[in-house]
Amino acid sequence: MRVATPRERFVEGVKAVSPILLGAVPFGLIIGVTVAGTPIDNWVGWATSWLIFAGAAQIATIELLNSGALAAVAVATPLVINLRHAMYSAAIAPHFSKLTPLDRWWLPYILTDQAFVLSASRYERDSDATTVKWYYLGTALTLWVAWQLATLVGLVVGAQVPPEWSLDFAIALVFLGLLAPAISSRPAAVAAVVGGVVAVAGLELPNGTGIIVASLAGVAAGSIFEWRSLR
Amino acid sequence: MSPWLVVIIVGVGTYLTRLSFVGILGSREIPTYVERPLRLVAPAVIAAIAIPEVVAPFDTVDISFGNLRLIAGLIAITVAWKTKSIGWTIGVGLVSLWILDWLF
Repeated sequence: MRVATPRERFVEGVKAVSPILLGAVPFGLIIGVTVAGTPIDNWVGWATSWLIFAGAAQIATIELLNSGALAAVAVATPLVINLRHAMYSAAIAPHFSKLTPLDRWWLPYILTDQAFVLSASRYERDSDATTVKWYYLGTALTLWVAWQLATLVGLVVGAQVPPEWSLDFAIALVFLGLLAPAISSRPAAVAAVVGGVVAVAGLELPNGTGIIVASLAGVAAGSIFEWRSLR
Repeated sequence: MSPWLVVIIVGVGTYLTRLSFVGILGSREIPTYVERPLRLVAPAVIAAIAIPEVVAPFDTVDISFGNLRLIAGLIAITVAWKTKSIGWTIGVGLVSLWILDWLF
């Protein structure tokens, strides 16, 4: 059997990720527009795209910086949101072990939900080193480039948008949009309901600490529910 | 702490999370008692951020028809459920808020 070339695998990855860009690009635009609507320095706002490169965590960081939350909360909340990447890292590690140390250290920088989902299912058919590296790069690098451009364009365009358009509401909408697919099981639903209710009850807590308390309460409640239903 | 420092720390922490098993810990299974709670982190945190934004958009709880962001949010979450698309959720949610603002 003929072995596929890096170029073929890369192009295959680009093709697979293209439809997903339809969802990612508007999300990136909104992040740029959101930053433009806050007093936060535009460069700091854009830097979230290449330093953090994870939409929900970026928007949480921006929101918390803007609301004057405690620095520890502004750091902890997005990091908690990003813990899921450890699951992807664990799932993809056996495949990446075929690559050079350099690749193993830089490729995870662009590991996202979408790149993981596409690559993990592709590796079920072929998991030779060429496919592992180049298909992943086709998906992950395409997303990275699109994301940097989308957030930048959002920043430039956002500065022209009048406040009557209520674009700040887009932050809430992004999270509502993420919430629906995140509730993928009954324990997840319990975690979400408890997290949401405790967050509302904890609005009086200082400097955004309510979000951390609510998240821990949600995870605890969901875990207890799952543990009880498994017994 | 300066905003730059916050963003850099979050960035480095996020990179280390992505790198964790691929670069440092190597190929091994995550124990079930770690993986199960980890799966619940996303729904809990996302709800903790999203729900107050619509139930108390201006920092006081307002569960009434007068809270237009709550109504627009309910429309948006229905769209999110049906389409699983963030683009559609943002689009329909924003347009709903504009229409409600114009009507009331």
